[in-house]
Amino acid sequence: MNIADIAEAIGAEVLTGKDRLQETVASICGADLMSDVLAFTKEQTLLLTGLTNIQVVRTAEMLDLAGIVFVRGKRPGPDLLRLAEEADLPTLVTRLPLYEACGKLYQLGLKGCSEI
Amino acid sequence: MAGYADSSEAKMNLSFDVVARDFAAAGEVSSKIKRVLRQIGLPSSITRRAAIAAYEAEMNLVIHSVGGKVLFSVYPDRIVLQTVDDGPGIENIELAMTEGFSTASEEIREMGFGAGMGLPNIRNCSDDFQIKSTPGKGTELTVIIHIR
Repeated sequence: MNIADIAEAIGAEVLTGKDRLQETVASICGADLMSDVLAFTKEQTLLLTGLTNIQVVRTAEMLDLAGIVFVRGKRPGPDLLRLAEEADLPTLVTRLPLYEACGKLYQLGLKGCSEI
Repeated sequence: MAGYADSSEAKMNLSFDVVARDFAAAGEVSSKIKRVLRQIGLPSSITRRAAIAAYEAEMNLVIHSVGGKVLFSVYPDRIVLQTVDDGPGIENIELAMTEGFSTASEEIREMGFGAGMGLPNIRNCSDDFQIKSTPGKGTELTVIIHIR
């Protein structure tokens, strides 16, 4: 699945990185601890998180993540969006809570990081 | 450290200051390092490991130290990443290397860090990993990643 398909599946709005929506997502990670994301996530993973500080973008940048989905309708501030644009990183926001967003994507066949 | 610091054969030597508690700038150094490695055209697996190690080490300086430096060199056969800080040092390195152990504050945890995975993750990304610390003086971390 690509990011555009995922956005549709969880009713997410695309905030940045609109030119990369056709890229394939290899796996999904749901986490609020960037320390764990840094230790366990593989590249081309889409991160679902409730955190909206700029370190989330930094983490995504270092790990070559496919993008970030902010859950529970939390919109990141202008600093984060600017950094994401600079890094050409797709960011999205969905009203769904973390568990429900992850659950919907898992049902569609998207795997977790330990499964690929 | 003398062997690693030998710059005669280094293709590149960079040094960056890292300011303690500056969370807005935290990650900028690692971002630059990653861009440089990408420009050199190293395999993405190596670039990724170096970027993760650099970012974790940089965050450690921002979160735990009173300030320090990130030194970054690329040799024909290896990447050398070092951090040097002016304190406060680590009392018990063995404990600090234990997955899940952290001395980070609640404020840091709310930012998504301080899970006690930083140093173990840096070691996992390294081919060679050394840490030396003197309480009251400072900590010196050296990471080597082989290019071939």
